Amino acid sequence: MSGVRVLVGTRKGAFVLTADGMRRRWDVSGPLFAGWEVYHVKGSPADPSRLYASQTSAWFGQIIQRSDDGGGTWHQPGTPAGVPTTTPDGMPKGESNKFVYDTSSEAGKPLTTHQWYDGSQRPWEFKRVWHLEPSPIDPDTVYAGVEDAALFRSSNGGQTWHELAGLRGHGTGPRWQPGAGGMCLHTILLDPSDRARMYVAISAAGAFRSDDGGRAWKPINRGLRSQYIPEPTAEVGHCVHHIAMHRSRPDILFMQKHWDVMRSDDGGESWREVSGNLPSDFGFVIDVHAHEPETIYVVPIKSDSEHFPPDGRLRVYRSRSGGNEWEPLTEGLPQKDCYVNVLRDAMAVDSLDPCGVYFGTTGGQVYASANAGQSWAPVVRDLPAVLSVEVQTLR
Amino acid sequence: MIRVVLPAHLRTLAHVDHEVVLEIVGVITVRAVLDALEARHPALRGTIRHHVTLERRPYLRFFACEEDLSQQSPDTPLPKAVATGAEPLVILGAIAGG
Repeated sequence: MSGVRVLVGTRKGAFVLTADGMRRRWDVSGPLFAGWEVYHVKGSPADPSRLYASQTSAWFGQIIQRSDDGGGTWHQPGTPAGVPTTTPDGMPKGESNKFVYDTSSEAGKPLTTHQWYDGSQRPWEFKRVWHLEPSPIDPDTVYAGVEDAALFRSSNGGQTWHELAGLRGHGTGPRWQPGAGGMCLHTILLDPSDRARMYVAISAAGAFRSDDGGRAWKPINRGLRSQYIPEPTAEVGHCVHHIAMHRSRPDILFMQKHWDVMRSDDGGESWREVSGNLPSDFGFVIDVHAHEPETIYVVPIKSDSEHFPPDGRLRVYRSRSGGNEWEPLTEGLPQKDCYVNVLRDAMAVDSLDPCGVYFGTTGGQVYASANAGQSWAPVVRDLPAVLSVEVQTLR
Repeated sequence: MIRVVLPAHLRTLAHVDHEVVLEIVGVITVRAVLDALEARHPALRGTIRHHVTLERRPYLRFFACEEDLSQQSPDTPLPKAVATGAEPLVILGAIAGG
């Protein structure tokens, strides 16, 4: 029997929402890691019982948590409580939370600097993991997008992490700068048809692509135009909020930028705007229908200073033509006095039929649609502010 | 016997209920206590001090015998009352709107 498991990260812990394939009755469990910010929780496509979570705190730093039983129990990878500090072969434990930038000459370049808000240069300083992306084929391989922006990989189930330093070292790093949420690498897309190809996005630097498994990187921002940077069409410096792809057509990318909804048909080589008739083309989330590669979803937000929906009406907009022509989806969503935000990693789709769509708000609601967005209902209404939503389809 | 009081979140991470009791040989300093604490509870590595530089995390402070020891060198000997176990070393999170 099919079902779904929705993994929700919030400002004060994580929650797991489960339902059968009808998606009408929900069980809510949590909070996990209560009191901590949980930026992201995601399951391995290769082993749905394997989950990874980013638990973080300004006080106590970064903790990586792993579950091997679908969220029933959690541990820091390689570091169960009450065991010796080294493995029999001498491997130190407590390494799973250690994200250290690669400054070796083999990595290309030593740790350099990035631009600060005032234009001055600052050295990279690790703050937290924003996004965890498990490999589609190996449960023990997982990528981490971090703040200050860099990409790390673990090949041993999260026990140790190593930076893919070619991204930070390829030359444009001194022109990257933090967005309002910090200088974060928040999007990691692994091409399902080409193991060597991957995409990342950084606020505020832009989108980047690797064609060799993460060693070498190139900016892919041609066609982006950002009026808030000195050179609007610069190679880097764009505040990309999120990118999505459909697994059947990995060369087609959809982007929600700080302003503008964009589309690329050539693996990011060029972009064109598809904002069309949206009431605002500012926003954070964007996602693609599980079975219709030209059906995409966004949640328009009024502006970059007013992080709430236009007119106090929470509307998901759907395009069935890959952009430009959009329809509002409002049934079941508040259409007055609603001033929540929907953050960049807080929308996901399941792969049931009809496709389920889910998103979480800074007001603590998680909304679900079991009919591709036609109607919505809250699964929960009063969680802490939602930072991320992921869905596992269980069969 | 050295007693260490941890913030609630770190007690949860380390799976301890109350104080942590450590046996340490040699001069009792903050560095020696944290080394022993992290060896006993590796899940705490990186949560109190930086993984590499070993600098105290900015929102944490060290107290003992009603004194703030946060700004002292981590190699300064701790008060005798801590070294004898009469008083705990208290690791405290800053009150910062959390």
